[in-house]
Amino acid sequence: MSQDNILKVENLVMHFGGIKALNDVTFDIKRGSVSALIGPNGAGKTTVFNCLTGFYKATGGSILLDAGGKQTSVVKVLGEKFKGSDFTSPASFFERVKYKMFGGSHLVNRAGLARTFQNIRLFKEMSVVENLLVAQHMRVNRGMMSGILNTKAFQKSEEEALQRAFYWLEVVHLTEFANRLAGELSYGQQRRLEIARAMCTNPEIVCLDEPAAGLNPSETEALASMIRVLRDEHNTTVLLIEHDMGMVMNISDYIVVLDHGEVIAKGGPDDIKSNPKVIAAYLGAEEGEEVTL
Amino acid sequence: MSQQTNGISIAAAVKDTIIAGLLALIVFGPVVGVLLDGYEFNLRAGDVASIVAVVMAGRFALSVFSQTEFGKAFLYRQSTKDDGVVVTAPDYKSKMRFIIPLVIVIGLIAPFIASKYVLTIVILGLIYVLLGLGLNIVVGLAGLLDLGFVGFYAIGAYGLALGYENLGLGFWSMLPLAAIMAAISGAILGFPVLRMHGDYLAIVTLGFGEIIRLVLTNWTEFTHGPNGVSAPLPTLFGLEFKRRSKEGTPFHEFFGLPYDSAYKYIFIYLILFLVVLAVLYVKHRLTRMPIGRAWEALREDEIACRSLGLNHVLVKLSAFMLGASTGGLAGVFFATYQGFVNPSSFTFFESALILAIVVLGGMGSTVGVVIAAFVLTVLPEMLREFADYRVLMFGILMVVMMIWKPRGLVRVTRTGFATRKGTVK
Repeated sequence: MSQDNILKVENLVMHFGGIKALNDVTFDIKRGSVSALIGPNGAGKTTVFNCLTGFYKATGGSILLDAGGKQTSVVKVLGEKFKGSDFTSPASFFERVKYKMFGGSHLVNRAGLARTFQNIRLFKEMSVVENLLVAQHMRVNRGMMSGILNTKAFQKSEEEALQRAFYWLEVVHLTEFANRLAGELSYGQQRRLEIARAMCTNPEIVCLDEPAAGLNPSETEALASMIRVLRDEHNTTVLLIEHDMGMVMNISDYIVVLDHGEVIAKGGPDDIKSNPKVIAAYLGAEEGEEVTL
Repeated sequence: MSQQTNGISIAAAVKDTIIAGLLALIVFGPVVGVLLDGYEFNLRAGDVASIVAVVMAGRFALSVFSQTEFGKAFLYRQSTKDDGVVVTAPDYKSKMRFIIPLVIVIGLIAPFIASKYVLTIVILGLIYVLLGLGLNIVVGLAGLLDLGFVGFYAIGAYGLALGYENLGLGFWSMLPLAAIMAAISGAILGFPVLRMHGDYLAIVTLGFGEIIRLVLTNWTEFTHGPNGVSAPLPTLFGLEFKRRSKEGTPFHEFFGLPYDSAYKYIFIYLILFLVVLAVLYVKHRLTRMPIGRAWEALREDEIACRSLGLNHVLVKLSAFMLGASTGGLAGVFFATYQGFVNPSSFTFFESALILAIVVLGGMGSTVGVVIAAFVLTVLPEMLREFADYRVLMFGILMVVMMIWKPRGLVRVTRTGFATRKGTVK
């Protein structure tokens, strides 16, 4: 795996019972790029996302995340079934047991991949700042005694976390709402807060699931510039699912098109726009008309 | 609606009064007014008249009150109140702050003034405060419905009694040990079951509480079954609070005081009061610490928590263990206060009572839980005559609360943070 690919998905297969949601999906995401995953409804975009972020355990294939100076296999950290070879090698046996007991999607986040959700999942009864503080859980001083005794080190770590939280609030233009409940914010603000929350975990790649859904054109424009800020100022790779083609074509460096659980095209925006398979998938092809590349 | 004038309309009040009177007549007439006497019946018009008169007077007063300026404002507040969570301003200081030192001072003076009977009730109230605070971490903060909390309470209580009987460990050594034991049993119970959600978890914990009780009842060689075990009293630097001590001098002889059985309650009360204050402080800190925030975040949305790198099982487990250890502490105090424990103190009703304290006080609210714990333990003592109707009144209270204040007595507030310059390092 070359160093400039942050995410490498190979032959990803996901079955739900008899339904083949994903069939042999293969793509790479370049470090520092803005990539988009598009496709008609039901194409399996969100399923790919859930596999990448560890919410679904892929039926087959591999997902390798190269972040934080090490490679992480997303399928492995979710806890795999024991294999015959585990019983001869104690090291791999214990690793397997460890991931079975303590593994899960949180390890994917700790490896450097953050995500947002299609249906916004904020902590609605907590304040906006607290939402961002929770996201920094792994970075702050979590010592029980230092917290209870409110030591200097604890106060310093909390202050840093607060400063980081306010930094991200500035980025997403929510500073004035810092002390409001997250559930009271408007839809567009909640979307932005969710992106800020994902960024507070200090990820190298952030996956945005339909970030522009329900936003008006000017909000979409603001979102696009925000995504560019993430890429240019924070060296964050962005992978997004989006239906707003104007925005996708505008900001993406690389586009992967899914249809019926298969990758039908990948490439730059200009290639995709003129790709007959993509046009056929979106608009439908005439009966008997042969679609060729 | 037409614009209302400021005057009080007596006519409207009288109309309300007459309607209420007629309704009272219909309801109470047959119930109170007709008394069977063999095959005869006696009419008791006088009783009915007095009841109807009381109802009418009450309705008239209410009607007039609701038309006054103050009454209107009161009703408006009641009908438009918002029970939700509020975030306070960063520099907000509660007007009730002075009450904390006041309560501490009163709490420390009280045992020397109050009678022994009052003291025992207050001790019981404080034990339930501890239980409520423990369960509040699990249910209120982490959002895990635990119906078997009494199991940890039993572990604490039996820990003291059996630790003393078998290992000769006294109150002071068992106090931390029981908390640790309860936490460990919480972890053992929690690790396999905390992957479950909501209802399933409630059923498993319900089973756990019952298992503990059944083990205590049936393992007679060790726990003495339903006969129970006696538990030791706390000692003050080795001085016992008994009339006669087997080893050493008892407390009253050492200080040259006449024997009084109230001393031991005063002593238990003082320790308990300090422990409750410590637990309250810890709870106060926890909600401002990463772990406390993680609990609340988990209650709000578990999937989002996982996407942020929080290990949901370990976060839940920490809430479960801390809650359990508080329950264990309460158990130790209960055992030493009763001087005797048996399994009948740890029934499901007890779990339900603790849960009621948390729900009544308001999920996640500390002050609310303290108030609710006292209300639900002291009130039954005050209303001894109505002991038969205790559970009925309990149920009515719950229904009324759910309609009137479904989010609990005390509204949950969150602390605001002052805006500062953001930086990333």
